[in-house]
Amino acid sequence: MLLAVAAGFILAVVAPFLAGWLRGWTGWLLAIYPAAVFAYLLTEMPQVAEGEAIRQSFAWAPSVGLNLSFRLDGLSQILALLISGIGTLVVIYTGGYLGGHQYAGRFYAFLLTFMASMLGVVFSDNLLLMFLFWELTGFTSYMLIGFESEKADARKAALQALLVTGSGGLILLAGVLMLGSLGGSFEISELLTRRDIIQQNPRAPWVLVLLLLGAFTKSAQFPFHFWLPNAMAAPTPASAYLHSSTMVKAGIYLMARIHVLFAGTDTWLYVVTTAGAITMVAGAYLAIRETYFKRLLAYTTMSVLGLITMLLGMGNSKYAVEAAMTFLVAHALYKAALFLVAGAVDHETGQRDIKNLGGLAKSMPLVAIAAGLSALSMAGVMGTFGFMAKELLFEAALHSTWYLVLTIAALVAGSLMVTVAALVGWQPFFGPRQEVLEHAHNGPLSLWLGPLVLSIFGLTVGIAPWILDGNVIAPAVSAVIGEPAKFHLALWHGFNLALLLDIVALAGGLALFFFITPIRDTLQRWDLSGRYGPTKWYEGALHGLNVVAAGQTRFLQNGYLRLYLLTIVLTTVILVGGVMLFSKALPPEIFTISDLQIHEVGLALIILVAAGMAVHASNRLSAIAALGVVGYGVGILYVMFGAPDLAITQFVIETLTVILFVLVFYRLEAYTPLSSTATRFRDLVISASAGALMTVLVLLAGEGQWFPTIAEYYNENSVPLAHGHNIVNVILVDFRGIDTMGEITVLAIAGLGVYALLNLRPEDREDKT
Amino acid sequence: MNSLILQTTTRLLQPLLLMFSVFLLLFGHNAPGGGFSGGLMAASAFALHTIAFDVAAAREALRVTPRQLIYIGLSMAVFSGMISLTMGKPFMTSIWAAIPLGQFGKLDVGTPLLFDLGVYSAVCGVTLLIVFSLAED
Repeated sequence: MLLAVAAGFILAVVAPFLAGWLRGWTGWLLAIYPAAVFAYLLTEMPQVAEGEAIRQSFAWAPSVGLNLSFRLDGLSQILALLISGIGTLVVIYTGGYLGGHQYAGRFYAFLLTFMASMLGVVFSDNLLLMFLFWELTGFTSYMLIGFESEKADARKAALQALLVTGSGGLILLAGVLMLGSLGGSFEISELLTRRDIIQQNPRAPWVLVLLLLGAFTKSAQFPFHFWLPNAMAAPTPASAYLHSSTMVKAGIYLMARIHVLFAGTDTWLYVVTTAGAITMVAGAYLAIRETYFKRLLAYTTMSVLGLITMLLGMGNSKYAVEAAMTFLVAHALYKAALFLVAGAVDHETGQRDIKNLGGLAKSMPLVAIAAGLSALSMAGVMGTFGFMAKELLFEAALHSTWYLVLTIAALVAGSLMVTVAALVGWQPFFGPRQEVLEHAHNGPLSLWLGPLVLSIFGLTVGIAPWILDGNVIAPAVSAVIGEPAKFHLALWHGFNLALLLDIVALAGGLALFFFITPIRDTLQRWDLSGRYGPTKWYEGALHGLNVVAAGQTRFLQNGYLRLYLLTIVLTTVILVGGVMLFSKALPPEIFTISDLQIHEVGLALIILVAAGMAVHASNRLSAIAALGVVGYGVGILYVMFGAPDLAITQFVIETLTVILFVLVFYRLEAYTPLSSTATRFRDLVISASAGALMTVLVLLAGEGQWFPTIAEYYNENSVPLAHGHNIVNVILVDFRGIDTMGEITVLAIAGLGVYALLNLRPEDREDKT
Repeated sequence: MNSLILQTTTRLLQPLLLMFSVFLLLFGHNAPGGGFSGGLMAASAFALHTIAFDVAAAREALRVTPRQLIYIGLSMAVFSGMISLTMGKPFMTSIWAAIPLGQFGKLDVGTPLLFDLGVYSAVCGVTLLIVFSLAED
């Protein structure tokens, strides 16, 4: 599993080079990776179906509980199969869709990074590791939505998706950390056995809410759904893959994962079921007023995500989880196929609005077959995979706590989905022919292979459900509910209420389809969601943030270095000095001076005189020289008190500082004192108090001992553990090497910042270094 | 600046400074010094070159650009931390090996040396990037 994830990241790095080299064949070649992962999963399938979980673990940073632990159980398997299976087809499809695009290599790189991260999310057995991959999927989603970065819409949509899912991610991190501390471990497999310990803690509901907010933003639940339709600015392969079949399922995955821990509690029932039901109905409503092909599909995706969420929320009902897992697969199959169809149609005709599409079946027969079959499954017509999923949905709704409300909601969403299925699967291909579409044809193999394979597979499952039920869906159900489950999909359950509801939904949806134009016009005229919907809230919040940011920037970042210094110094003096005075934490003995040597006094006098000279200097050069003397004096102090490392660094830094100062001041005009006497006096008071504060702090630090010292440890272990006698350096490069790594990174960024400020001015934009 | 005295002295001093910077780097593990001060020392050698001649000459003497030094340094530091991963140990666990040197005893070599070399390179690169940028234009 580590190999499966790591290989994706490595391939992503080389993908751009491969794309430049292989051109049209890149998609086919790169598809070997997801295909290999898929094959690996198939070999493990018998073991997982037995209910066994395969686990691998490597230490990464065990001291913070972060391990490269991977686990394959029924739930991971179902999602990993989707990720790698659909991934294979999508990568092939990308070759046809983006063939010859200037940045196709970049697209592959992000797509593969996403694929590896998404596999990472579902394989991770460590919460922190999962969070890491989770954020990576959000990042790659941002890059893919904004792929056509020259378009303002794409950039805006990408940023919106990043902000919404990114804030959700931060909330999730809080939840993950709290869950880890409640359960006493970050290993998911260990946490799942500790339901009682976690539930006894009064903070458990808050942890749940935090985790759910993370899941809801990712899985586009109301009221965080609005980024998903905008994300359709991404190229179609990304929409099909990330924004319908996999990434948006990450939230679902998380909810299914923690189902064992929280299902059945009140918070779970109310929050998850309600959010899911609202999302389901809202998504279906928003879908029928849309005419843009991909956005239409995006709203139905949202609706189904809501539906699965609602099913998971219904608690311990076995029907609900069965229905959720079945829907997960059925939806991924038909929706990815429909997205790929939408992309193929767009690619061949340039049309994205379904009002302009019709009669394409003659010119694009293979794509039409794929669209038709997927639409049948989406509508839940007898004999398809979608039908079984829908029947399970009604069954679950009827058995739920709030059966009346939920059944009606499911019925409404179900019928609207039939309407949409007809809109996307029937009308563009078999509806009245449109004149503009004369030259359309099937396109290359890579463009129609994906949708056709997916839709035919959907049909096959409808006829032979045993392919999936025992091997894939049943293990997933048992992983979600935490106990072995037997499960069989069947095409025919006899005449029952669920079947009746399905027929009602079909009839209602078809009826709506025939009157869609007037209904759509009315809904668009009302524009309820546009006027009052969450998009407005998001824009308001963003606007508010900008206003506040601009205001406080104007106030604090006023552009005068002296004022910045003044603010920083004053704040420190007031806060630290204030605390010191009020807490009376100043033992008088720290002011007693003992063992003063004559050369120490001499050095101190030199430093003082030099400092005075720096202030009174009449030109810059002598001020710099005087400051240099101060610096060297401090360096000698280090030597006296046994810190030769610091001293060396201090000497070199002082030398370099003088050089830098000279280089800068060389160009400035002659030195003229501008400050008034009052200002100079004010500055004197402030700097004197800052100096006094630092003196007292240093004296205090030397006096008390608040924490047990770690010096002994370093002293003892420096040679045996780190092979070095210079403890300072051993700490820098070994014991606390990661700090040093951070420091040199910050240093590099600061250096590049200086470089940018000095060299990249608008008037001369030539690159010098 | 065009001073013959400074230029001649620089020609003599610069190799010494650079040798001293490498000395600081290599001896840093057991005696005062290390990658940080070594890198600064190397940077100051080239800063001296900049003052004695000009930026173009100093760039030529450096051969690589300061930005390349930064990239090399950072990658080296990260790489040194990843070596331990291949041995199944956590990131940045130091790995040591002893190279036998016959009658001189043995030489301990470890990933922290590589890491320190990265620090050396990054620090030197950042300092020179700033010095060169300021001295130019």
